[in-house]
Amino acid sequence: MINTLFPNVDWPKMWEAALETLYMTAVSTILTAIFGLALGLILFLTSPHQAWANKLANWLTGAIVNIFRSIPFIILIILLIPFTKLLLDTIRGPNAAFPALVIGAAPFYARMVLIGLREIDKGVLEAARSMGAKTSTIIWKVLLPESLPALVSGITVTCISLVGYTAMAGIIGAGGLGTLAFLDGFQRNRTDVTLMATILILILVFIIQWIGDMVTTKIDKR
Amino acid sequence: MISLKDVSKKFKTKLGTIIAVDDVNLDIKQGEIFGIIGYSGAGKSTMIRLLNGLEKPTAGQIIVNGKEITSINEEKLRQVRHKVSMIFQHFNLLWSRTVAENIAFPLEIAGVPKDQRVARVNELIELVGLEGRGDYYPSQLSGGQKQRVGIARALANRPEVLLCDEATSALDPETTDAILDLLVSINEKLGLTIVLITHEMQVIQKICNRVAVMEGGRVVEEGDVLEVFQNPQQPITKRFVSQVSEPTQTMQTIQNLVDIYPNGKLIKLTFVGEQTEQPILSRLIKQFELEVNIVQGNISHTKSGAFGTLILQIDGDALAVDEAIRFIHEQKVSTEVINND
Repeated sequence: MINTLFPNVDWPKMWEAALETLYMTAVSTILTAIFGLALGLILFLTSPHQAWANKLANWLTGAIVNIFRSIPFIILIILLIPFTKLLLDTIRGPNAAFPALVIGAAPFYARMVLIGLREIDKGVLEAARSMGAKTSTIIWKVLLPESLPALVSGITVTCISLVGYTAMAGIIGAGGLGTLAFLDGFQRNRTDVTLMATILILILVFIIQWIGDMVTTKIDKR
Repeated sequence: MISLKDVSKKFKTKLGTIIAVDDVNLDIKQGEIFGIIGYSGAGKSTMIRLLNGLEKPTAGQIIVNGKEITSINEEKLRQVRHKVSMIFQHFNLLWSRTVAENIAFPLEIAGVPKDQRVARVNELIELVGLEGRGDYYPSQLSGGQKQRVGIARALANRPEVLLCDEATSALDPETTDAILDLLVSINEKLGLTIVLITHEMQVIQKICNRVAVMEGGRVVEEGDVLEVFQNPQQPITKRFVSQVSEPTQTMQTIQNLVDIYPNGKLIKLTFVGEQTEQPILSRLIKQFELEVNIVQGNISHTKSGAFGTLILQIDGDALAVDEAIRFIHEQKVSTEVINND
């Protein structure tokens, strides 16, 4: 039955592509979370009245975040080809997609981190300072735990965007379901292959959203 | 314990410079409960934040527990803050932590080992009356319980000074009383100095030994609570004192009584300290052939004694009335004839 509906789908190849997408999404999400958190914390802590209040640093970080957030991803990939080549000595394969994926997604996530941090009650930060907490203690024990639900729902959204980005990264031969849908499906006029790749991506997105929602609900004690 | 010398704090804003604290001199003694009262914008919030270095003064000296805190570095200031803790109007608990974890937070900051932390947290939970609530999250507690957590958290590192920033302003009157009782018992049990800011005279009346009245960044009046209650000098102080001693409807009632009993005399008696214990009223009725009607009565208990006013309507023979007033006067109760026309 499934073979009559999707006659041209090469299942082992489809499965391999799905695993590649999964791999790219997982690794880039982790890297994006790390860089995005760091950038978001810098944006927050350098803003006025905060521990590292510094106009120049705040403006500079904000500018970098805004520039990379504004470049359309497909253009960013092309712009980053020389950088990727320098970094990894290749521009093909799943690993070659990581610089573009992380540089494209981390600024986006940094903004969401900033929003999450700004929502923390100022009184709680004042209380921590009144107890004699160091900035590092405030970061690890107040800022991150108190904004965790926002950080998790932010990374969920970012992760889903990254699934889309990995598909676009297909144009530089990153592999995964995007490449398969484009090369095997679209260019060879096999609509069933494109459709199957789409279905798998949809399933992946639903699973990510479901996990994200579940975790957010569980950790939110407000 | 705490002393402020010529302390000023100015804020620069787009609309110009705001003087939040204006040349304040204060001395707060070891072990006392010191109240600072003022309306919002009087500078009291800034003032209390100067005492733990959350705000730096633009001029003057602040000495807390023998340390000059205006000139010391961040590291030393953090050490000072372990011994000068603070509770807040909106409690400022970490929602992501349980009650026990919230109380343990300042201990973590001070680097207390885990086993000692657990023991100390249990002690504190008991001290503030939250037994069995250790694993609750703040969202599962009432306002009063949250403030108890705030107090326990503030006491964790055995501070010498407790700063209370409008600690009862977000609570209902009954809970306010319970929290104030807790503060008094802590003050007595642990001997720690409490500095509180409030806009409610009831709070000052109930637990403070001394009070400073702030207006426009300045301390306009300062003294023992009972003295200030007896003999308020500044108009703003009189307004605060009347918050607790004269409900607003009093004047209306008096006007009505003046209309109903045109022949009577309305007399306001002010009792201070010991006189409130004496049965002046029953002696008055026994000795004189007079009709005595209580229009309004109010005895306030301050920490250093009672303070009360009683408005009587006395009717009868004019001579007897005069003599009765003289009698009351002899009991060292100050009297004031209200409708003396």
